[in-house]
Amino acid sequence: MPTPHHLDYLDRLEAEAIHILREVAGQFERPALLFSGGKDSIALTRLAEKAFRPGKFPFPLVHIDTGHNFEEIISYRDKLVASLGEKLIVRKVEDTIRERGLHEPGGKYPSRNPLQTYTLLDVIEEFEFDACIGGARRDEEKARAKERIFSVRDDFGQWDPKRQRPELWNIYNGRIQKGENVRVFPISNWTELDVWNYIQREKIELPEIYFSHERQCVVLPSGQLLGLSEHLNLDDTDEIVNRRVRFRTVGDSTCTAAVESDASSVDDIIQDLLLAKVSERGATRLDDNLSETGMEDRKRNGYF
Amino acid sequence: MDILRFITCGSVDDGKSTLIGRLLYDSDSVSLDVLATLEKKRSATNSTDVDLALLTDGLKAEREQGITIDVAHKYFTTPRRKFIITDAPGHVQYTRNMVTGASNADLAIVLVDARQGVIEQTRRHTLLASLLGIRQFVLAINKLDLVGYDEAVFQKIVADYQEIAEQLKLAHVVAIPLSALHGDNVVKRSKHIGWYHGPSLLEHLESVPVPADANPHEPRFQVQYVIRPQTEELPDYRGYAGRIQSGTYSVGDRVRVWPSGLETVIDVIEVDQRAVASATAPQGVVLSLRDDVDVSRGDTIVPITAHPAVVRELEATLCWMDERPLRAGRKLLVQHHAAVVKASVTTILQKTDIETFESQGTDEAKLNDIVRVRLKTALPLVVDEYRQNRATGAFILVDEQTGATLAAGLVAATDPEYFTQEVPVEPIFSI
Repeated sequence: MPTPHHLDYLDRLEAEAIHILREVAGQFERPALLFSGGKDSIALTRLAEKAFRPGKFPFPLVHIDTGHNFEEIISYRDKLVASLGEKLIVRKVEDTIRERGLHEPGGKYPSRNPLQTYTLLDVIEEFEFDACIGGARRDEEKARAKERIFSVRDDFGQWDPKRQRPELWNIYNGRIQKGENVRVFPISNWTELDVWNYIQREKIELPEIYFSHERQCVVLPSGQLLGLSEHLNLDDTDEIVNRRVRFRTVGDSTCTAAVESDASSVDDIIQDLLLAKVSERGATRLDDNLSETGMEDRKRNGYF
Repeated sequence: MDILRFITCGSVDDGKSTLIGRLLYDSDSVSLDVLATLEKKRSATNSTDVDLALLTDGLKAEREQGITIDVAHKYFTTPRRKFIITDAPGHVQYTRNMVTGASNADLAIVLVDARQGVIEQTRRHTLLASLLGIRQFVLAINKLDLVGYDEAVFQKIVADYQEIAEQLKLAHVVAIPLSALHGDNVVKRSKHIGWYHGPSLLEHLESVPVPADANPHEPRFQVQYVIRPQTEELPDYRGYAGRIQSGTYSVGDRVRVWPSGLETVIDVIEVDQRAVASATAPQGVVLSLRDDVDVSRGDTIVPITAHPAVVRELEATLCWMDERPLRAGRKLLVQHHAAVVKASVTTILQKTDIETFESQGTDEAKLNDIVRVRLKTALPLVVDEYRQNRATGAFILVDEQTGATLAAGLVAATDPEYFTQEVPVEPIFSI
C-alpha cells in the first residue's frame, strides 16, 4: 500500500477540486453538474467519481444542447453516462427558441452560444437547481480570472463582479436566498495544460475531435478554420479546404474553430501546448473576439 | 514540481499590475493573441510601450478607471514551479479583497514605489499579510528607474521597512530593487543595478521554501459528506468523506469524534476507492470507522492523543468586511469549514491601529477594521488557535438572512484563562 509522500502539484489541484465538489454535496439540496462534452467537464466527472464513489453522484449531469454539435460529442456523452451509471438531463436550445419565440441567429456562422443562457436559466427553474457546477477555469479569460469558486447569481442568473463575496481560505459560503443560485467552479485554479496533464495521468478517454483528423473546413477571413457543417450558411466566395486539424475546445460548432495539428495522442497535445503561443479561447472562440468585454457581458447576463 | 501561491500588495499606483504583467511577459507566459490585443490598444491610445497592467485588469470599470477593483488570479509555470498569483487591489475600500487574497497565499510581495517609500498602505498590507499567517515576504522596491537606480534610496526604504518587520516579528524578508516597467530584476537580473547581487524576483520565487510542505501539526479531519450507497452490494457501507486538514491519519488509529467525544477506530482509509495504509494533508479521503457511532457533516475526527479545543466561547481576531458596522450583541453564523453554528458577538474588546499596530478600546467594528472580539456559539466548535494551525483556526462570519460573508475570523484564544482582560471604563484606585 502506498505510504504518505510529497504531494505532486496535480495531487494538490485534485484535492482542492474534490474538496469543492464535496462542499457542493454538503451545502446544497439540488445541485447539478453542467456537462458540455468538453475536456473540462469530462475531467469534472472523473473528479466527481473520486469525490463520491462508491456512492452515486449527488447530482445529475445537465447538457445544454445547442443542436450545433459535433456528432462525436453526443455519442461520447451517451457512452460516458452509461458507463458512469449516472442521470443525464438534456435540454435543447432549439426548444427554448420555439417556446420563447426567440430569434434564430442569422448570418453565415449562426452561433447559438448566447442563446444557451436562456436554456440554462429555464432548466435551473424547471428543476429548482440551487447550485450548478461548471468546468470554467480562471486562466481562460480576463473576466473569469476575477470570479469566485462559489459564485452567487441573482434571480436572473446575473453576475455582479462588484458585489462578489470575499472568498476566504478554502471556506466556501454557499448560503443563498430564495431565487438565487450558485455557480461552482472546482477547477478554477487549473490551466489548460494542467487539465491535459491530468487527463494523461488519469488515462481519461476523450472524444476523437480533440485529436488530429482530416476534416473539411471553411477558411475564415481571419485565417482560422471552421469545420464544415450543415449549420453554416456559406456562399460561393467561401474557400473550402481539407486539413489535418484538432479542436482545443468544444462548443457550438458554428463558432468553435479548429487548429491545424498532427497531435494524435494526449502526449502529442501536451507537447503542442508547451510550444503553443496562442491562448485557448483566442485560437478557437469566435464570440470572445467580438469585443474586449465579450465574456464579462455574457456572464453578467447569466452565462455559465 | 510544487505550487507556490503568492499575493501582490501595495498602494494604488505602485505598479502591481505592471509587475505581474512583466512576470508573465518575461517568462513567456503571455500568448500571441493576448499580446496582439495589447498592441492594438497601444496604437489606439498612441502610447510608446504596451500597457502590461492590461494583462490583469479584467473588468470594464477597472480598465476605465485604470485601477484594480477585485482579486484577479493569474497562473504561470516554470520548470521549477506552478505559480498561482493573487493580484489584490490597493485602494483602501477594497482592503477586504486584500485579506481574501492573503488568506490563501504562502508568500506576499509588498510593492513600494521608490519615490514614495514606506507609506500607510505598506504598513497596513504587511500587517494584514502577517496576521493571516504569511511567513515569507518580498519587499519589492519598484520604479527604481525613476530615482536613477540610486542605492541610497533603496537602502533607506529597506531600513524603514525593517522597523515594520521587527514590530511584526517577520521572520523572512527579502528586499529586491526593481523596475517592473523596464523589466529590471523581475525575471532577468538588471544591468542597471550593479550594486545589487541578490536574486531576481522570479529566481527568488522559484527557490523559496513552500510552507505547505512542512506539516508539523496534529492531525485534523472534518467530515464534509457521508457516503452511503445503500446498494445491494454495499447495503451497510458508510464512509466519511473529507479532506485531511493537517497531519497524517493511519488505519488502526484510535480516534474520537468531536464534539460528541465518542471513541472508535479507523478501519479503512480510501483514496479514489483504493485502500491505503495512511494519508496526509491536504489529501481528500474517505474514512470508515469500526463502531456505529453517530457522525455527521461538520464533525471532526482526531486521534485520541490529539487535543483540539472543543469550545462554545472563544476570542478571535476579525477583519470586518461589511458596510454595516458590527456592535456587541449581534447574532450571526459562524462557518468553520463544514460546520455552521449560530453565534453571538458578546464583546468587542479592542481594535488594532494599523498605523502604530497598537490596540485601543472600541465598541464597534467598521468596514476594514481589525478587532478582537469574544464569541459565544450555540453548539461547540472544534478549533485550534490560528497561529498554531492555519487550517482549523480560520472561520468566516455569515449574515443569517442575506447569506453575505461579514468577516474573516482567526481564532486567538480558546482557554478563558488566556482571554483578554476587559479594560474597566473608570480607573480603579485602591489604597
